Amino acid sequence: MLRDTLKTLLAAYGPSGNEHTVAETVKGLIASHVDSMRVDAMGNLIVEKLGTDENGKRIMFSAHMDHIGFVVTDIDENGFLRVHNVGGVNPVISNARHVVFENGVEGVIYCQPLKGENPAMKYLFIDIGAEDRADAERSVQVGDMAVYAPDFFELGENRVASPAMDDRCACALLCEMLMYLDETPNTVVAVFSTQEEVGCRGAMTAAYSVRPDMGVALDVTAWGDTPEVKLPAVKLGKGPAVKFIDSSMIATPAVRDLMLRAAEEAGVAAQREVLPFGGTDGSSIQRSRAGVPTGTLSIPCRYVHSPAEVIDMRDMEGALKLLLKLVEIA
Amino acid sequence: MELKQLCEIHAPSGDEGQLRKLLLEEGKRLCGAENARIDRSGNVVCTRKGTQPGKPHVCVSAHMDEVGFIIEAATEDGLLRFHPIGGIDPRVVVSKRVLVGHDLLPGVIGAMAIHLQSAADRNRVLGFDGLYIDIGAKDKAEALAKCPVGTYAYFDTPYQPFGDGFVCAKALDDRVGCYTILELMRETYPCDVTFVFAVQEEVGCRGSHGAAYGVQPDIVLNLEGTAANDLGCVDDQFKVCRPTQGVAVSFMDGSSIGQRKLFKEILDLAEHEHIPHQIKRGVTGSNDASAYQRAAAGCLTCVLSVPCRYIHSGASVAYLEDIQSQYELVHAFLMHA
Repeated sequence: MLRDTLKTLLAAYGPSGNEHTVAETVKGLIASHVDSMRVDAMGNLIVEKLGTDENGKRIMFSAHMDHIGFVVTDIDENGFLRVHNVGGVNPVISNARHVVFENGVEGVIYCQPLKGENPAMKYLFIDIGAEDRADAERSVQVGDMAVYAPDFFELGENRVASPAMDDRCACALLCEMLMYLDETPNTVVAVFSTQEEVGCRGAMTAAYSVRPDMGVALDVTAWGDTPEVKLPAVKLGKGPAVKFIDSSMIATPAVRDLMLRAAEEAGVAAQREVLPFGGTDGSSIQRSRAGVPTGTLSIPCRYVHSPAEVIDMRDMEGALKLLLKLVEIA
Repeated sequence: MELKQLCEIHAPSGDEGQLRKLLLEEGKRLCGAENARIDRSGNVVCTRKGTQPGKPHVCVSAHMDEVGFIIEAATEDGLLRFHPIGGIDPRVVVSKRVLVGHDLLPGVIGAMAIHLQSAADRNRVLGFDGLYIDIGAKDKAEALAKCPVGTYAYFDTPYQPFGDGFVCAKALDDRVGCYTILELMRETYPCDVTFVFAVQEEVGCRGSHGAAYGVQPDIVLNLEGTAANDLGCVDDQFKVCRPTQGVAVSFMDGSSIGQRKLFKEILDLAEHEHIPHQIKRGVTGSNDASAYQRAAAGCLTCVLSVPCRYIHSGASVAYLEDIQSQYELVHAFLMHA
């Protein structure tokens, strides 16, 4: 079930550059459904499900395993950890949050209220309950990364909230797609990518080695349906969004239109997304080697890059149907 | 080649010719003429075959370019307008002596004398558009005849050992890395090694893109001279790395996150071999590792730096033993890779 797969993936630790736990979790979910799996130098998990026709298309799907976090840059004599952001972390949102390290060590990230200054990353510190530096260094080293602690909960019947929804919801979609994919002429290469949050870095090397005929990035997008927020014109529960443009890419029209057609043929409502900011792995795939026709399918997500990123499972169900149809008609 | 000679050669990004020629000669001498070449980006690439099969192909890279200036115009009075090459703080260049062009014409970066400044002037930071290079030309025609638009200018700073084991020089970022590579090139290792002296790092890691794609190694050790920040007024948590504490090993910076496994292996190796080292604690700035890591199908990277105070100025400071530590750690890695 999509919801169970999502919950399993949300529980895995995986800030940018440290995604191997997520990769292992994905492997466990899909091993029996695919023809090959490998991990490249950047840590991307690259999975192939071969098509029946050797002249069929080679379609690369990408969902990133990493999420935003904090890297420890210093441990002071009292055992407090200073940090720097990994990816786009909002220091205001991060104040007084529960965080966790790979080895399970937990902490509170905090910023002492400062006169006349907003919380800035350099003022944030993590308290792991250490007595002093030596005590802290027994469990955490400079260079280790912390993330918002897992906290999955349901909002009403259809919606779910959690840290790392960006982009584990897309990882879940990709896993489910591999599970339910019928035999098709086309080969599906599913890339569970790394380091998207620091600049779509993993997808660069993956796209190079995959050499796809067509690329599809799966990611979350921003929302326009809460108080004071009107744009982008994307609403939760109104279906997955076919991206037209964001800061990093103009979707290749042929791929974009194929997605819209797949939605129609699958009987799925799809939204059209024009995002004046942001970027996805699609940008890296599109410009790989001599260029790859590429589009992005988005799951509308509220409060992106917060510890409570909210999506609607109906959009997930729609996206899954759309993707299965897309492979069929590509 | 001595570090003194390396630092005193002028080679700002795009004007690396002189240094490139010397590095190529050294590469040919140490690795054999057939194993040293200049690639299409202008990088010097030298290869050394390993003694054992089945080992990873390791690339050790340092950039040969330094920050500097380029002449963009002359005033009617014969003063040269200029633009920085690479990231230079305009506050550190005022009243500095420079050398202009390959003929090394002496010049000085001028600013209004304090006697002539208003109180407001004194509180204002001069940008590059308010600075000029004076070469003693009487008018525009003379200035441009001697220094046509596009001529490079260089910090005029001699190499000077000082204190107990320190050195003060320009361009320690990244001649320390070049120096370390020249030392490494004297040895043969079990693994295949490619040594790269890259161009144009200071303007955005442009040279290493070509090298990375051309070499496609399994592992890259990128050698740098990096910003130390150990001055008295800086809080401990912002001290990035410190001269005298050994080679700085990076886990992450502004442009790449080193693969965790390689980072840990290198720290363990440094511990095991008793090589002075420190973890670099700042994550800003970028370097050629970004280009190597993500070229083609990608490779593992780690950045190993000599901490340097006051980099990107005319006078940076490093500790000679830290350069030795950089050499020892890379040497040990190549022996064990």
